[in-house]
Amino acid sequence: MSYNVNEKGYYGEFGGAFIPEMLYPNVEELRQNYLKITAEPEFQAEFDALLKEYVGRPTPLYFAKRLSEQYNTKIYLKREDLCHTGAHKVNNTIGQILLAKRLGKKRIIAETGAGQHGVATATVCALMGLECIVYMGEIDIKRQAPNVARMKMLGAEVRPALSGSKTLKDATNEAIRDWINNPVDTYYIIGSVVGPHPYPDMVARFQSVISKEIKEQLLEKEGRENPDYVIACVGGGSNAAGAYYHFLDNEDVTIIAVEAAGLGVDSGESAATSALGKVGVIHGSKTLLMQTTDGQITEPYSISAGLDYPGVGPMHANLFATGRAQFISITDDQAMQWGLKLSKMEGLIPAIESAHAFAVLDEMKFKPEDIVVINLSGRGDKDLNTYIDYFKL
Amino acid sequence: MNRINQKLQETKKILSIYFSAGYPNLNDTVQIIQDLEKSGIDMIEIGLPFSDPLADGPTIQASSTQALHNGMTTQVLFDQLKDIRKMVSIPLVIMGYFNPMLQYGVENFCKKCAEIGIDGLIIPDLPVDVYADDYKATFEKYGLKNIFLITPQTSDERIRFIDSVSDGFIYMVSSASVTGSQSGFGSIQEAYFKRIAAMNLKNPQVIGFGINNAETFNQATQFAKGAIIGSAFITHLTENGTGKIEEFVKAIR
Repeated sequence: MSYNVNEKGYYGEFGGAFIPEMLYPNVEELRQNYLKITAEPEFQAEFDALLKEYVGRPTPLYFAKRLSEQYNTKIYLKREDLCHTGAHKVNNTIGQILLAKRLGKKRIIAETGAGQHGVATATVCALMGLECIVYMGEIDIKRQAPNVARMKMLGAEVRPALSGSKTLKDATNEAIRDWINNPVDTYYIIGSVVGPHPYPDMVARFQSVISKEIKEQLLEKEGRENPDYVIACVGGGSNAAGAYYHFLDNEDVTIIAVEAAGLGVDSGESAATSALGKVGVIHGSKTLLMQTTDGQITEPYSISAGLDYPGVGPMHANLFATGRAQFISITDDQAMQWGLKLSKMEGLIPAIESAHAFAVLDEMKFKPEDIVVINLSGRGDKDLNTYIDYFKL
Repeated sequence: MNRINQKLQETKKILSIYFSAGYPNLNDTVQIIQDLEKSGIDMIEIGLPFSDPLADGPTIQASSTQALHNGMTTQVLFDQLKDIRKMVSIPLVIMGYFNPMLQYGVENFCKKCAEIGIDGLIIPDLPVDVYADDYKATFEKYGLKNIFLITPQTSDERIRFIDSVSDGFIYMVSSASVTGSQSGFGSIQEAYFKRIAAMNLKNPQVIGFGINNAETFNQATQFAKGAIIGSAFITHLTENGTGKIEEFVKAIR
């Protein structure tokens, strides 16, 4: 059994391309070309060179000594927080911008929630000299002013999504509408493993550099390629998809997905899609999503803007449905406490998204000889205001 | 014979109207349908509101949001429409996004439509390929016509495929856009309308998106069997309420 995408664009029963006919030519063009183009040696060489010279890869696999001592197991952190722009998001935007250029596209659009993917997209557009328009919910624009300023400095136009709940899901709707209105010259860089096929697979492949490096680095440090556990937070799920990718079909590796419980799974203020979602269609993909019994998509909540998406990528929906991955949800408070703890114990201020992943250490028991890899997907600079407000710093 | 097929056999050009069920007020749905028929409309698309209508512009999105706010749900709509065939005889089509139908259960949804006397469905985010593989048999079992969209970017090959799967009409999206964002048709649209007309498809074509007055209606129906007005009618409802529907229709045709 494979946990990867099949030739029709499905992970088990999840995935596919549930798109209006207006998007069909664009998505089909991408579907027919993405594997071919990304397999070209020149593409690979350019992608690898940019990851190395511009993003700063490979990112270290850091042995967290003090944490390991406290939890009496071997804890490694994959340091995606050291990527240029502060998170793993840029791995994907580099890949997609190279693809967009080869498809002859002149205009780039993207959606963003907290602004991390928007910044990563604006960055690669500046690098390539392409026009960049980022859709962002009006509420998020107010909440994430520093990232809005970064995007503007990088030359992007930030357009407020004024519809619906005015957050990430609506920014995604607006980006899709823009693509419908501009079907020829425009390329849509989706920021997570969501959306119609081939996006979930394509984004997972660009992010898979994370687990490729983990394997190489573990072999060097431990003499073995596979950890016992790989742990990552899941909103849409791109950092997790990258961290799991090369371990998906190796069932000796336990995969743990950490979702945001918000104020608690049953509080009504949560983003724990695996616990609260049902099978449905969102943004062109059949997946698990939070919705009313009538099929209206509901607004999730998490203190971390990067995790409050009402769905998960179809790969993750399948990992949940098959039991391949263990899903755990972590509250705002647990995550925030871990933000502080990781800062004090290891000198690493994590993004609040990433802080969720660490809270698994309190929820599970590991053996002393276990190798536990946690994906530290981003750094916490962008969250400083939230940390300040929460801890009255 | 299905009312859609029957209507399209008439020699006249078809004027179809879309509106969001439950808008402006929750219980306006049936009255609007009756008034539209009385005003001489040939076919009605009843919009089942959705929280995230990807293919719609701001006007229809706002009316959908308001309708949901008013309390519209799939079940409420079915309840409102349960006696509609005692009052109205023109073809009725439900237009909505796939997720609410999926949650209702596709088979249940189709069954309910058949009981009420709905003639067809338009589901923008249910692709023709998925429909053909997974749902066609169910739709046919309940005598429902599924209507597909084509756009100026749709390839001839795909148009032929859509034509082969369709039995009703083909919904021609006038230009690359979401609903409600066009003003007037230029030479590009005319060339596209002519190209499709020349394909001699087995299904008649009805043009939608960007039809908002007599001029655009006449332009569109030069090349196609009919035209659909959506956003312009919603705007009329927003500005005038449900009182002046006949005036709106008379200004078009």
